[in-house]
Amino acid sequence: MRGQPILEVNRICKAFGPTKALRGVDLKVRAGEVLALIGENGAGKSTLLKILSGAHRADSGQMTIGDRPFRPAGPSDTRQSGVAMIYQELNLAPELSVEDNLLLGDRGHGGGLLIRKRQRPKVREALETVGLGGLSPTAIVGEQSIATQQMIEIARALVAEARIILLDEPTSSLPQKDVARLFSIINDLKERQIGMVYISHFLEEVREVADRYTVLRDGENVGEGKMEDADDDTIVSLMVGRDVKNLFPTVPHIPGEPWVRVQELTGFPYPKKVNIELRRGEIFGIAGLVGAGRTELIRTVFGLDHSSAGSVSVNGKPIPSTIRERIKAGFGFISEDRKNEGLAQDLSIIDNLTLSRLGDYTTMGVLNLKRRKQAAEKLLKRVQVKCKASDQAVSELSGGNQQKVAIARILHQQADILLMDEPTKGIDVGTKAEVYQMLGELAATGKTIVFVSSYLPELLAVCDRIGVMSRGELRDVRDTVDWTEEEVMRVAIV
Amino acid sequence: MNFRRILKAIFQSQLGPIFALAFILMLFAVADQRWSSGNYLSPRNFRVMMNSAALIAVPALGMTMIIIAAGIDLSAGTALTLCGTVLATQFKYAAVAAGEPGFAWVVIQAVCLTLLTGCLCGLVNGGLISLTKVVPFIVTLGTMTIFLGVGQIISKESTVYADEKNIPEWLSDFCYTGSNSERYLNFGIFPNVPNSVLLTLILAFAVVLLLRYTVFGRNVFAIGSSESTARLCGVNVPFTIIAVYTLAGVFVALGGLMYYANVKNGNPSDGMGKELEIIAAVVLGGGSLSGGRGSILGTLMGALIITAIRSGCAQLSILNTYTHIIIGGIIIVAVIVDQLRHGSPEWFFRLLPAKTVEN
Repeated sequence: MRGQPILEVNRICKAFGPTKALRGVDLKVRAGEVLALIGENGAGKSTLLKILSGAHRADSGQMTIGDRPFRPAGPSDTRQSGVAMIYQELNLAPELSVEDNLLLGDRGHGGGLLIRKRQRPKVREALETVGLGGLSPTAIVGEQSIATQQMIEIARALVAEARIILLDEPTSSLPQKDVARLFSIINDLKERQIGMVYISHFLEEVREVADRYTVLRDGENVGEGKMEDADDDTIVSLMVGRDVKNLFPTVPHIPGEPWVRVQELTGFPYPKKVNIELRRGEIFGIAGLVGAGRTELIRTVFGLDHSSAGSVSVNGKPIPSTIRERIKAGFGFISEDRKNEGLAQDLSIIDNLTLSRLGDYTTMGVLNLKRRKQAAEKLLKRVQVKCKASDQAVSELSGGNQQKVAIARILHQQADILLMDEPTKGIDVGTKAEVYQMLGELAATGKTIVFVSSYLPELLAVCDRIGVMSRGELRDVRDTVDWTEEEVMRVAIV
Repeated sequence: MNFRRILKAIFQSQLGPIFALAFILMLFAVADQRWSSGNYLSPRNFRVMMNSAALIAVPALGMTMIIIAAGIDLSAGTALTLCGTVLATQFKYAAVAAGEPGFAWVVIQAVCLTLLTGCLCGLVNGGLISLTKVVPFIVTLGTMTIFLGVGQIISKESTVYADEKNIPEWLSDFCYTGSNSERYLNFGIFPNVPNSVLLTLILAFAVVLLLRYTVFGRNVFAIGSSESTARLCGVNVPFTIIAVYTLAGVFVALGGLMYYANVKNGNPSDGMGKELEIIAAVVLGGGSLSGGRGSILGTLMGALIITAIRSGCAQLSILNTYTHIIIGGIIIVAVIVDQLRHGSPEWFFRLLPAKTVEN
């Protein structure tokens, strides 16, 4: 029955050492509805999810499913109780087949024996529900697209007969058209009286899919209600605890003369014969669907991916296509994969910050650690990184602060051409605004910024010009005023 | 003071391996006093232990760098005895005997050739790893047997003995642990410290400086922590990896030289299994096989821990078989403790009594 609460969370508290992550959080999920869990990074959303999935245990408070108390000791308990998690990063075994993935965690029949044939109807039904009726259960998961894998994860929840599904940023790696597909599947699941908790940073997305919302801030409930009763400003100010007048702060800057030229740049398989002229003091946006070759383009420009043809020149001088030469010529790069590529997680903030330009602190090959520390701390202050100490490991920082360290690194490198791949991915609204502000300030000092993003509103708000990519080609470049969201999408899906 | 806090402080400090070593020394010293001759901590036995530790520690210095760079070198053992064998053959077939004119040239040639052999072994490892992208474990598993085979060709499949007369005096005294002060090169500062130990300390200090105060050193840590991040920051990854393995090869060669000075012969198959001892020293000292972490001081302690246990068991007449089991157990315990230190030790500390009686 719709409206019947199936999951209730009461006064959950959780502390990690001296930090209180949750201070008595309440949550109520009803059958057949989607509850949006909203909050900045560090508000306690992921801690709450981890408690629900059994990865952490609450210090105090109760949870009930239906009428029974719910105290998960681990993922298998959670599965038994009918709760399924869909994480931001996919949790599938890529080498295994679709059906083996779907049945992973299933207790099997007859003393642990897995009789695939007997399970096959269940597998097929789940796949059909998520719109993958045509996918063979024996296909290998790693060979499927990201979007298909996302659907397979949902199918896994269905095979486990989940009544509650927790979705943590499920769209962060999905291209636009698959987001729509995901939403229609979520609507189907509602029909089946499944209750869902939906976590996302994208308000417009939440608005589209959720019925109710709960906002967390600093581990406490600060507001809840029906989605249609609240406007964006209300929710954002609840999230950050102050009025946010401007989600996209801009700094006036005037683009100068062209100085970086990318000519006929081609790589395998993408990009394909891309030409760009970048001006000083300009923010150049690159839009397009995931898989359109945006990442490949700026990686090739930076020399990270090999180019098979074409050239990159600065001030008319062609630059050899090795990373070291490109860095020397003034290029800096921020990876979209902050965790694995962007930052060395175990190393200290200082090490990460200075790695690309250590030469400044050496005399006769010997590093002056004190001078390095001073320089790093000055930069940390400038980009406002919240940390205990500068020799703290980067892995201990929140996503937004990690991103600031990554940005600080290319500032430290004194790069003049900043290539940024999804620099606002996975960071909260407040930090996003700080990043936009920073980009504007950098452009005002004459730096050139190439801004790749899947989030159109930010590109339209921040960039001077936007180029749209599709199938590895840069299809159309216009001044931002000449673009609308619809126009961009029209070019992107060709 | 709070019991929990003290335990936590010990666990989480960088001094863990030192505490472990002190604990093991104390344990054996007490047991030795009680049930055996009481010679465990005598100056003589102490020198023997330090010397055996030095034999492990020198190649382990190179291994520490490799492990910090997220690599591994399984060929270190056979490469070490290959170097020792090369040295032995040089002295065996020397045209001039010690004391005769031209002998200095023979010695220089022999030592250079030994170091070159080590360098070459490291270069082969590093080159294969960074050019083929095959994982270090497999590459060095292959070169391990290759180096063994090369050593056996050079030694004609037997043990190479050189005439005592042909071995220079400084080399025969290199691992001397007896009581004749004149055979120590003590500079008048260190009374009766084996020369091998002096060399180890100097090398260790040099590696500490290299890792901490040079761009190369920071790059090694960066590659170990995240190779793709290092590449993105413009670090020359292939060069750094080749340099690390080659440098480690030099340490292996020095280890081979010490090995020869210790046993006075060269037997290529002696090296089988030595690599595990070397790796164990690094791991006991807090090195992480997933890279990015490792400490030179820790490695030295690791080498000492292994020899302290071995010597202690010998003093107590514990059978060799049990010694193996004890050392194996210690390695696993050490790694668990290390994980507690770096992972989330919270669940573990919750198991400890919450509060103890204070006085």
